[in-house]
Amino acid sequence: MRPIVIALLCASCASAAVYAGVAAAKEGNECIVAAGSVAPDFGMPHVARAIAKKKLDIAVIGSASSELTGPAGTNIAYPTWLEETLRSLLPGVTVKVTTYARPRETASEMEAKLARIISESKPALVVWQTGTADAIRGVDPEDFRVALDDGVDKLRASDADVVFMNMQYSPRTEAMLAVTAYADAMRIVALKREAVLFDRFTIMRRWNESGVFDLYGATRTTNIAERVHDCLGRLLADVVVAGAKLAPVVSRGTE
Amino acid sequence: MSLPKPGDRDLRLDLFRGLALWLIFLDHIPSNIVNWVTIRNYGFSDATEIFVFISGYTAAFVYGRAMREHGTVIAGARILKRAWQVYVAHIFLFAIYTAEISYVAHSFENPLYHEEMGIFDFLQQPDITLAQAMLLKFKPANMDVLPLYIVLLAGFPPMLWLLLRLPATALGLSVLLYVLTLRFDWNIPAYPNGNWVFNPFAWQMLFVFGAWCALGGAKRLSAVILSPITAGLAALFLAFAFFVVLTWYIPGLDAFVPRWLEDWMYPIDKTNLGMLRFLHFLSLAVLTVRVVPRDWPGLRSRWLRPAIVCGQHSLEIFCLGVFLSFAAHFAMVEINQGIGMQIAMSLLGIVIMIATAALISWYKGIEGRSPRSRPGPPGATLVGGGV
Repeated sequence: MRPIVIALLCASCASAAVYAGVAAAKEGNECIVAAGSVAPDFGMPHVARAIAKKKLDIAVIGSASSELTGPAGTNIAYPTWLEETLRSLLPGVTVKVTTYARPRETASEMEAKLARIISESKPALVVWQTGTADAIRGVDPEDFRVALDDGVDKLRASDADVVFMNMQYSPRTEAMLAVTAYADAMRIVALKREAVLFDRFTIMRRWNESGVFDLYGATRTTNIAERVHDCLGRLLADVVVAGAKLAPVVSRGTE
Repeated sequence: MSLPKPGDRDLRLDLFRGLALWLIFLDHIPSNIVNWVTIRNYGFSDATEIFVFISGYTAAFVYGRAMREHGTVIAGARILKRAWQVYVAHIFLFAIYTAEISYVAHSFENPLYHEEMGIFDFLQQPDITLAQAMLLKFKPANMDVLPLYIVLLAGFPPMLWLLLRLPATALGLSVLLYVLTLRFDWNIPAYPNGNWVFNPFAWQMLFVFGAWCALGGAKRLSAVILSPITAGLAALFLAFAFFVVLTWYIPGLDAFVPRWLEDWMYPIDKTNLGMLRFLHFLSLAVLTVRVVPRDWPGLRSRWLRPAIVCGQHSLEIFCLGVFLSFAAHFAMVEINQGIGMQIAMSLLGIVIMIATAALISWYKGIEGRSPRSRPGPPGATLVGGGV
């Protein structure tokens, strides 16, 4: 994270505190640390409308870090936890989360299949996890930004809200994988297009700093991965609910 | 045309290049709190611009004199020899990088980071990767500056020849190449995807502009550079840039930036040296020249000596900085990632850079090649002023 962000986070503390309070009340202990950094900056009018209609369909588009398979072969990645948490947060609403994750897929490859996904699952919300594959494959950051921009256009045209999810914080590989340009592109597109950014990078970094999760220990088991995904899914659910509540107030330009 | 005399080495060049080397080192350590201080957080441009401009300036200063005294062929040969040294330095750094990444690939496993492990894929096909690295097409993270510099040096002999004869034409050609590059998207392809992170066809303009300034251009522009109007405009532009950067981080502030300005302004292109970055660098330079005049006594003070010494051995210190940023990150991951450790590693790295630069000066001194002891034909230090 850019240092300036730390300085400026204080400015947004007031609004963050509201959601931090909400999250702290609901989460198990380990997720709390990051709660202050998960307040949505913009509302989600389409989600709000879907909740009012008691049927919320969400599509998760992403690469390998949106998938995680446990020892029993069951899916234990954050989309599963997102769905479970939303169901408990929104009683009476039919929540369905569909995951479209393919390893190594870049933002522009994902963008190309958005039309099919939209027509298939008609989501009110698309969680778009991307950035890592582009960084690994060395895609031109400008092409990456254009793909995000075009994707937001398509999603807005089909009456869906967008949540961008950026890369994981990975301390071991941080010096070898230059993600800054891609993270910046995601943040800027999100700000300019009034889409919510779920800052997975910062959240995971805080967990690591405060010792909630040891993200640089080597392990063959999925224990930590499962707990991390569990927390991510629950925090994401909080963001979705908060974004829906925010919608009537900050829906300028998104309708 | 009057070329600068050997004795007039402008210590400001060494000072600011030394500072730029420290900033680049700090920026290359990921998740480092000390990155606070680096200029990229407060405007459009960063230490790379300072570095490339000063490199062009010193290259023209050193090789321009060589070209006048010893002829085009000899000076050209020296420039190409320098490009070769930079190439060797780059490959050496690549070897260190590969050693580090291979170690991590073998020692680290975590299902959470299955996706990130993709960066180790290149180790599976060394036949392709090593060849692509030697062709400068495969460039790991943070190793993009030296390849840019190699290409800039390799193309410099004819440009210097022209700069010495028709400086305005040379600068005009350089600007033309920049404009055509933007217009037709010229760049050098990279492996496995995309293009060079620092497009040499665009960045050459800053390098040539530095060279042009060294060969009398700065003197010609001095009335403009020192005018209060220019200073006022530069200060305004820096304030504007700072405000725009703030809008990237504070939601809501964005509403104060009009739509037409956004459409015109974005993206601020680092790969192709976007005009806003160039202007931001010029503004910084104009104000710096005002605040720090050439004969400023502080340049002789021992407090600035460490930065100046680093700036005088820039290729060595640059490479050391890249290595130290790997090493600092490695230490942080293996030992402790706390803020105290980040500050300690940052300071330790800079101290090592200073100590190494002092050691190199000492070596050159005992070999009789210090810039002070032999100001005549370019000694290794001055030529080494390249990067």
